Amino acid sequence: MILQCAVLFAFLAIGEFIVSVSGVPVPSSIIGMLLLAAALRYRLVRLFWVDKISDFLVKNLGFFFVPAGVGLMRCLDLLADQWLPIVGASAISTFVIILVTGRVHQTVRHRLSRRHELSRQ
Amino acid sequence: MSFLDNKIFLLALTFVVFLAARLLQKRTGSPLLNPILVSIIVLICLLSVFGVDYDTYAAGGEYIDFWLKPAVVALGVPLYRQLENIKKQMVPLLAAELAGCVAGVVSVVLLARFFGASEEVVMSLAPKAVTTPIAMEISRSVGGIPPLTAAVVVSTGIFGGMAGFIMVRMGHIKSPIATGLSIGTAAHAVGTSAAMEHSERYGAFSSLGLILNGLLTALLAPLILSLIGVSV
Repeated sequence: MILQCAVLFAFLAIGEFIVSVSGVPVPSSIIGMLLLAAALRYRLVRLFWVDKISDFLVKNLGFFFVPAGVGLMRCLDLLADQWLPIVGASAISTFVIILVTGRVHQTVRHRLSRRHELSRQ
Repeated sequence: MSFLDNKIFLLALTFVVFLAARLLQKRTGSPLLNPILVSIIVLICLLSVFGVDYDTYAAGGEYIDFWLKPAVVALGVPLYRQLENIKKQMVPLLAAELAGCVAGVVSVVLLARFFGASEEVVMSLAPKAVTTPIAMEISRSVGGIPPLTAAVVVSTGIFGGMAGFIMVRMGHIKSPIATGLSIGTAAHAVGTSAAMEHSERYGAFSSLGLILNGLLTALLAPLILSLIGVSV
């Protein structure tokens, strides 16, 4: 478990370092995630070094959101004041994202496979 | 100062409430009783009743918050496991994610303005489709209110997890890959856990959607916001 934590936190630390040196407006955790995936791909890090802690964290991702959600306490006034734009825009936008993402994926995949078949003939 | 203000007590309370909420959902089988949602509501009620303010709660809660960053790094593992699938579908995946990311930020900003939200609230809503640690960072960097963003992100995830499959059917999205992908794109980790309950395959592509949209939104949100004329 110490090895697992060491690897995971090392990648987060590298992410923090890159952000502090370069000042890129990307979260350090995202940089750490990409570097971890790349290191696994190029066998710099073996999967069994990090799989246990990662599976645990990913599986319980929902739980880690609870304190952030309780933070809603701090903006109850704002919510009472602007609940319609907040709830309305979020709900409709969620539907827009599902529709756009799903339809674009289906359409592009369909076109590509048709072109692939045509080029075979 | 009462014992209720003790941060270890508040930390333990969070675990116990979540455990009870998860048990409640298992017993009832109701998707409306999302354990994250139930825990948040129960905790806010308990804290309000006993007069514990948020900062006092956060002294305990930050030990849980702390794990959000390493948890995002940990998503590198499923990303690595999906690498073969991603390579095979590179073009459709990127096209769909790019479209979904832009559509998400633009639609929520324009809708929030249309409904009359203040600029601060508009900025807080812009990254609402992506997972909390990423969304809060974006919100901070574009001038939103991170706690509001966190609350909206969690609510959006719960809503997308509950209603996502109905929306997919209404939108005539048929392939399992497109279904999983779009739910993960719109409703991040919380939607993914709902997709995971349907099937492993939905779950795998949903986690891909949450990773790619988180990444694209982190990279593109400031650019998209300045292009549609929101001052960052």
